[in-house]
Amino acid sequence: MKDFLIECFGGGNLEMYGENILLTLKITIISTLLAYIIGIPLGVILYGTSKDGIFPNSPVNGVVGFIVNILRSIPFMILLVMTQPLAKLVIGTKIGDNTFIFHLVIAAAPFVARMVESSFLEVDRGVIEAAQSMGSNNWQIITKVILPEAKPSLIIGGAIAITTILGYTPMSQLIAGGGLGQLAIQYGLYRYNTTIMYISSILLIILVQITQEVLNRLAKSCDKRIRNR
Amino acid sequence: MLSFRTIFIYESAERTDVLIELKHVTKSFRTDTGDIDAVNDVTLTIEKGDIYGIIGLSGAGKSTLVRCINFLEVPTSGEVVFKGTPLSSLSKKELLRTRRSISMIFQGFNLLSQRNALGNVCYPLEIAGVSKKEAIKKAKELLTVVGLEDRMNSYPAQLSGGQKQRVAIARALATDPEVLLCDEATSALDPNTTRSILELLKKINETMGVTIVVITHEMKVVEQICNKVAVLDHGVVAEEGLVKDIFIAPQSDIAKELILPKTSAVSKVIGGKTIRIVFDGQESSEPVISNLSLECRTAVNIMGADTKDIDGRAYGQMLIQLPDDETAVARIYNFLDKRNIKYEEVG
Repeated sequence: MKDFLIECFGGGNLEMYGENILLTLKITIISTLLAYIIGIPLGVILYGTSKDGIFPNSPVNGVVGFIVNILRSIPFMILLVMTQPLAKLVIGTKIGDNTFIFHLVIAAAPFVARMVESSFLEVDRGVIEAAQSMGSNNWQIITKVILPEAKPSLIIGGAIAITTILGYTPMSQLIAGGGLGQLAIQYGLYRYNTTIMYISSILLIILVQITQEVLNRLAKSCDKRIRNR
Repeated sequence: MLSFRTIFIYESAERTDVLIELKHVTKSFRTDTGDIDAVNDVTLTIEKGDIYGIIGLSGAGKSTLVRCINFLEVPTSGEVVFKGTPLSSLSKKELLRTRRSISMIFQGFNLLSQRNALGNVCYPLEIAGVSKKEAIKKAKELLTVVGLEDRMNSYPAQLSGGQKQRVAIARALATDPEVLLCDEATSALDPNTTRSILELLKKINETMGVTIVVITHEMKVVEQICNKVAVLDHGVVAEEGLVKDIFIAPQSDIAKELILPKTSAVSKVIGGKTIRIVFDGQESSEPVISNLSLECRTAVNIMGADTKDIDGRAYGQMLIQLPDDETAVARIYNFLDKRNIKYEEVG
């Protein structure tokens, strides 16, 4: 019976899939969190320093915007290779899962910054003006007005960010990292074991669906703009 | 000597009543087609306890002007003086503190959509450093004042327009302001709701002593609650003074346009001389038009008429079309002059 199951799973066993699911989740979640820790302040800077922002500063906006755009233009695979010396400096090695997380954060943070900026832009300008008329300083406007008002939109953005980062995870095989994506490429591409490739991919699809659904529901349930609930 | 002193004391006492002074305020905006003066050399004095109307058509610069009063828009030139202190002399921190005394409500209500009514009213108290417990207590009191004691936990999306504006008013009053700026606060509301919101503003003015500045494009708002008004046209004050004076004898074209009953289209079709007569509805019990017809032995055509309650007094205005006969017209003017009824030709 066990042999039959292993046969069905294309020679892979449950532990292998379980381990890689956990690893994928770990890589994705940690990278997303770190990308947000860097991306939110960058988003605040992009939003606040813009021409109509709450602390306009076009030189800062220009420089930050330019760096963000450059990092977003370079394809992830190339960016990964380009930032290898930096990874060696920061992480201490050019290979492995931790180094891969480092690369993911560099690639995702600028993307997250733009997502955060666009969520902030959805906040009604009038509400910010009202807060200013009450004597709020910029810090209070960001922490007590913009962030809470943009929360549902930020969560939906978070779902997109996680999905995108999950889409990058197979590249880990370039630097000897692990995860479901790596499994799919390893077996599907190099060993012609398409069964493992399909199973890994299906597991990835399930992961994406679950995150998307959970975060969408969370966004909806915390959004007070919806009437009659 | 004594009289000199009396005058001096009288003058200085009067001066302390001045709350806001706008001195030659100009605000220009840079656009692709050149600089535009949204507000051009505006000088106004708002005294404590006033309900001061600033009326004008769209694009007259009203909203920009009102934002100059709390420095949301910094004037290009000129000075805004609040309680004797020029706002431009304040540091950034002092300005933020001063804004707590100059509250504002808006056409779009501008409530925090992710906070309920109570949370919205607590916001200005939170940023002013009031403890959470005290903030909630004060917010509950204010929501009761505006008549929303049973909707404290409702979110803005669950409230009607009038209710949202009531929350906004409660929020604006939270920091015990001396002035409340209302930027087209009733323009998004239906006539009945508008009336009740204006009544609330009047009550706040009378019971809490809050000076109110009302920005509007509707004469009826000014008539209902304001004691003074400035008529703004293309960024310039065309006329200002007591509402009743301007209502009885508007000088500027723009004031006439805003005050006259909207019948100009009809009179254009029929032609002939039309006059507007204004009478004090409380003093004159005489049926003016009937007597006019009888005494002058001529018929007049009533083009439009209404009565207004201005600053607690009833006023009536009527647009009547006169006959072509010149001698009859002279008789009518004579009749009106004799009774001291104000009139003017309008076309």
